[in-house]
Amino acid sequence: MTPLHLCLLISSALFCIGLAGALARSNTILVLLGIELMLNAANLNFIAFWRFGPSPAHATGVIFVIFSIAIAAAEAAVGLALIIALYRHQRNIRLQDAVQLKG
Amino acid sequence: MTVVLAIIALVLLGSAAAAMLSRNLVHSALLLAVSWLGTAAFYLWAGADFAAFAQVIVYVGAVSMVVLFAVLLTRQNPVGDVQVEPASRVRLTAALSVGACVAAVLFAAVVSSDFRPAPAQAPTATVKQIGLELMGPYGAALLIVGVLLTVALLGAIVLAASEPKRNPEDAP
Amino acid sequence: MISAAPESFLERLPLLAGDLIARVVPAPLLWFVTSLIAIVAILAIFGLLFAFLTLAERKILGRIQNRPGPNRTGYFGLLQPFADGIKMLIKEDIVPRDADQVLHYLAPVVLVSLALMTFAVLPFGRHLVPVELDTAVLYFFAAGAATELAVFMAGWASHNKYSLLAAMRALAQLISYELPLLLSVVPVVMLAGTLSTTGIVAAQGGWKFGFIPHWYVFTPWGFAGFLIFFTAALAESNRSPFDLPEAESELIAGHLTEYSGFKYALFFMAEYFGMTALCGMGVTLFLGGWQAPCAFLEVIPSYLWFFAKLLTLLVLFMWIRGTLPRLRIDQLTRFAWKFLVPLALINLGTVAFWHLTVGWGGALQLARWALALVFVIVPFVLIGRRLSAGVAPRTYRYAP
Repeated sequence: MTPLHLCLLISSALFCIGLAGALARSNTILVLLGIELMLNAANLNFIAFWRFGPSPAHATGVIFVIFSIAIAAAEAAVGLALIIALYRHQRNIRLQDAVQLKG
Repeated sequence: MTVVLAIIALVLLGSAAAAMLSRNLVHSALLLAVSWLGTAAFYLWAGADFAAFAQVIVYVGAVSMVVLFAVLLTRQNPVGDVQVEPASRVRLTAALSVGACVAAVLFAAVVSSDFRPAPAQAPTATVKQIGLELMGPYGAALLIVGVLLTVALLGAIVLAASEPKRNPEDAP
Repeated sequence: MISAAPESFLERLPLLAGDLIARVVPAPLLWFVTSLIAIVAILAIFGLLFAFLTLAERKILGRIQNRPGPNRTGYFGLLQPFADGIKMLIKEDIVPRDADQVLHYLAPVVLVSLALMTFAVLPFGRHLVPVELDTAVLYFFAAGAATELAVFMAGWASHNKYSLLAAMRALAQLISYELPLLLSVVPVVMLAGTLSTTGIVAAQGGWKFGFIPHWYVFTPWGFAGFLIFFTAALAESNRSPFDLPEAESELIAGHLTEYSGFKYALFFMAEYFGMTALCGMGVTLFLGGWQAPCAFLEVIPSYLWFFAKLLTLLVLFMWIRGTLPRLRIDQLTRFAWKFLVPLALINLGTVAFWHLTVGWGGALQLARWALALVFVIVPFVLIGRRLSAGVAPRTYRYAP
């Protein structure tokens, strides 16, 4: 059980926690937080492979993570704007109520 | 080294699980911020300083603010805690079983794989190196991410802006 | 004793102390002991500085307002900070019954600890950096950005809708001014070529003709950047004229309304620590850190120069507090987004021009300076004129 295995197990656990949270909760903001956790888990994977992987000369892992953080921030902003628009439409943010395309 | 990793993993996974289980939305958001700090601690342990501090600035310093503002703007009751109803029994079991299956698959895949042994020297990513790579091979990606962030910002503003008040006599 | 200054005894004192500790303490504990000593030293020095800063502020504000300030407790009021501390400690700690107890307790603690963590990368002297990081400037702003979460926690946990409103306004102010703060630092990093604070101070070494230092504040873009950084630092530490979040005539005390006793003192401490850390960073980035202004003034040790510059900036903060009126929330957000951010972005362009024309020699140097001055002054005047268009000119006169 090398350190790489341990890091990958941690990131897989974080991914599954995010997945279960995103599927179980009915509040849209919590679903978005679950998605952010999944993105974080993927970033952890990148850093783990950069650290224990075979080609240490490049900083590719770190750069990928920087881009991923930027994109996740943009996605969180757009997702929360969508949630605010949804709230304005149906007065609550239960995901199960947003079943119609009309309106 | 493994002790430090164990503590970081405990903080990270514990706060993430607590955030997903909590009934209070603001507590969830704040526990998730703790989880992001745990991720930054992991990056520091792995030696990626730049990524760790970028994670703190962007996630803890900005995304958590956006999440908290959205929580406050979409509340049902104006004062008081933001409670969320617990998930229905069926959905909860379905979600947990899906999560457990995916976890089992991933764990089995990780444990049974055989990676090449790590090189003896830990890699270092100095800021100079990151800068040269961002400007060189990844220059196009940097510009595209800049455009993407601008588009996302404008889109978020358009989506969240209030609708103009319509005269009730006009056609809908 | 007055030998070549970088090797004088007073300068090398920290190195000698480090050697002494390394000899006394066994090797596995060495890192722990040196870190502990650095932490205790920072807490002690900046704690005392905080105490006397509160007194200095009240005296300076008093003199600006034509009154003596505290002078009853001890000679010249020197025991006033201790009297204030005792008062804060023995006050009753009131927590509202419906407040979120855990968050209410944690908010000041998190704020003070994050504000203290920013001191770790400031170079106080030639050999006096607590932590030598390659990404020191990024660490500083990361620790500063994380303090915003504590402001929200304080406003939310008080279970008071006015506290919440004030916390959201404070957050809007903090987020708005973080952008000019970071943008004004980027040119410095660009020219120094490193994010490490010791590297940035070293890049500002040397003197032109022996008495004009190479500090970045003496260049056109550096002066503009310093002013933008200073203004944004005023706003980031909630100081006048940007002290809407904590002013007494606005929403009582903003997000601090429901805090009393020592927790209020902790918030206060966090604000002063933040102010001191930002001034320290301003000194490092623009004013040459611990460098002396002239070659023959190097006999004074580097850490004394750092503290002299730091105290000058802090007195400037207090002077501005006593002079300018408070801005409204819409005025201050407009100022940040429509004035400081475009100026900071144009400053980036100016620095790029400066960096690319470093090879110009002789008479072209004058052209370089003139062009840089034009690039700095013209946008300032144009954007300033456009923003204050529609505001009538002042027609009253001051009282004789």
